[in-house]
Amino acid sequence: MASTGTLYRGGVSMWSWVAHRITGVAVLFFLYVHVLDTALIRVSPDAYDTIIASYKTPLVNLMEVGLVGAVLFHALNGLRVMAVDFWERGPRLQKQMLWVIVGIWLLVMVPGTFYMMKHTIESLFGAA
Amino acid sequence: MATATATAIPEAAAPQSFDVTLRIRRFDPDDSDTHFWQEFTVSVYPTDRILDCLHKIKWEQDGTLTFRRSCGHGICGSDAMRINGKNRLACKTLVKDLKTKKAITVEPIKGLEVEKDLIVDMEPFMAAYRKIKPFLITDDIEPTRERVQTAEERAAFDDTTKCILCAACTTSCPVFWTDEQYFGPAAIVNAHRFIFDSRDSAAGQRLQILNQDEGAWRCRTTFNCTDACPRGIEVTTAIQQVKRAMMYGLEDAE
Repeated sequence: MASTGTLYRGGVSMWSWVAHRITGVAVLFFLYVHVLDTALIRVSPDAYDTIIASYKTPLVNLMEVGLVGAVLFHALNGLRVMAVDFWERGPRLQKQMLWVIVGIWLLVMVPGTFYMMKHTIESLFGAA
Repeated sequence: MATATATAIPEAAAPQSFDVTLRIRRFDPDDSDTHFWQEFTVSVYPTDRILDCLHKIKWEQDGTLTFRRSCGHGICGSDAMRINGKNRLACKTLVKDLKTKKAITVEPIKGLEVEKDLIVDMEPFMAAYRKIKPFLITDDIEPTRERVQTAEERAAFDDTTKCILCAACTTSCPVFWTDEQYFGPAAIVNAHRFIFDSRDSAAGQRLQILNQDEGAWRCRTTFNCTDACPRGIEVTTAIQQVKRAMMYGLEDAE
């Protein structure tokens, strides 16, 4: 019988691995959706237009920001994992590398979110 | 200077004992099949170890509390357990280093079957250890004197000689929790100890064993093992060296 107790209190490196998995699966599901919606144009151009129009809603806009965030984290952390695998000093510097990629992620995502959401915010609350 | 001026050394304040509560995850296979949490409050000194707390509980409050310990000094590797959510040796964890406002949680290590209270079945762990052939294998003619090794050759595997087989690393690994077939960090560390030993000639055999599906490639570098090791072995670094030895050969692996 497996014992389930409290959550294991692993460090940031464990959580970076959890986030890597979650973003990986999320991006994979996006790819399925993307293949389906693009393929729809060969089935029915009208249906394609309807679907694409629905992407302009605030909710999908928010999901787009999430997608960019997920792809960016997965890509940057992927580079970190490769460095841990192939660079002999990688395992020792893994935490510093994690802070670097989190820093780059924030640097891109903070203004990125603003510009991606600009249109939605203006149409919802009116332009300043 | 005939007399040295007596510098007044302030008398060190006597350490004060205080009460801590331990929240222990228990399991009695004879009584019921359910795990449950039980709290005990003991009076301890800041420099007491979690092992001392467990002793106090067992000797003064509840003799049925069951845990393994032998040397009590971090060498035998018997008392690995999960203390406040992390794998630690009870005999190397001091009360003063833990947050004691809330109860200290003590649980058995994860991923191995619990036999009673804090004791788990170590057999799958030891089976993985035996599989990597943890002994010197040579194919040359036995020399009449010792096998000479340079300081550099010795340094290549120095870190991994420190393992005490407590299973803190293997049972901190998320991959091992869901896949008991995975060799686990400890087996790979002990393989590393011989793979990188210049006197040993069976590195190829061991690398072949760890090149299987359940071998070193299952490592996802979460670094839980490196954090958990009570001997301070850089476990993930050793695993990565083994991975690179499988790809590039021994010389370029370090």
